[in-house]
Amino acid sequence: MAGTALRGRLTWQVATVAALTRETASVCTIGLEPPDWPGHRAGQHLDVRLTAEDGYRAERSYSIASAPGEQLAITVERLDDGEVSPYLTEELQVGDELELRGPIGGYFVWDPGDGSPLTLLAGGSGIVPLRSILRYRVRTGSDVPARLLYSARTLPDVIYRDELGHHHDGVEVSYTLTRSQPPGWTGHTGRIDAGLLAGAAWPAAANPVAYVCGPTSFVETAAAGLVDLGYPPERVKTERFGATGGP
Amino acid sequence: MEPLDGNSIGGLLIDVFGAEMTGASGTCGTCGATGPVAGLVVYRQAPGTVARCRVCGAILMVFVKVRGMTCVDLTGMARLDQPGAA
Repeated sequence: MAGTALRGRLTWQVATVAALTRETASVCTIGLEPPDWPGHRAGQHLDVRLTAEDGYRAERSYSIASAPGEQLAITVERLDDGEVSPYLTEELQVGDELELRGPIGGYFVWDPGDGSPLTLLAGGSGIVPLRSILRYRVRTGSDVPARLLYSARTLPDVIYRDELGHHHDGVEVSYTLTRSQPPGWTGHTGRIDAGLLAGAAWPAAANPVAYVCGPTSFVETAAAGLVDLGYPPERVKTERFGATGGP
Repeated sequence: MEPLDGNSIGGLLIDVFGAEMTGASGTCGTCGATGPVAGLVVYRQAPGTVARCRVCGAILMVFVKVRGMTCVDLTGMARLDQPGAA
């Protein structure tokens, strides 16, 4: 590779917790001020490392929730059997220090220069990197049309519900609630399937690009469904975070 | 514990390769399937990290960290093309 600058090395740094926002009963957004942040791309993640007093270390990856240019933030869902997320969502205080490194990832990223219509499919906390994309879309004044289908267990489990309700210009947001629905619910119900996808995704003829993030089973179903609808596999970008925490 | 995918080891791959690799294209040496490293099935349990082919399940990459040194086994991978590389 000719003319390559010094190859990237990720270094751990100690960020200060600048803000904490409770999103749902089990989900918290953590605003962070790292001393040296080179800026990120929408859809990237970072690694967090906790070190116990005895030296034991646990490392996790979290999607970045904020748009490039905004204060760095991650949104974390508490997993009851987790080693890291209970601390991050229940015990962390503003002013605390948190060890992190990033930004990381060059595959599941969106560039506003890509004018393709956006099909965004989120399962549970898979909404987090898609929220960064939507915020960046607004921030850059992009007029790319976007459709978001967000699958959650129940309405109170929906993360960023107020914010997603405020997207209007060129953004269509729809929900499917898989476990229970409030009285008078007019959105979709049940897990994502071919019929739901056909109505919620841009038709393949519009040359859309899709970002699918959620638990593995959700991503597999959604990505295969988009390919069945005619999406070329390379136009369906996927990120899976295991079975826990999803709908 | 359910597996993750290759996105989750983007940091580890930068440690090993010195470059962003989740968008790199990998070819399975067993079944020949080709796709982004981001799509591999990844198990991140100690003492190491294992990445398998999503199509046939063959082991493509193994990373084991021992006393600060990362041991890398890529013998299952037929090809690994870094994005943007000539």
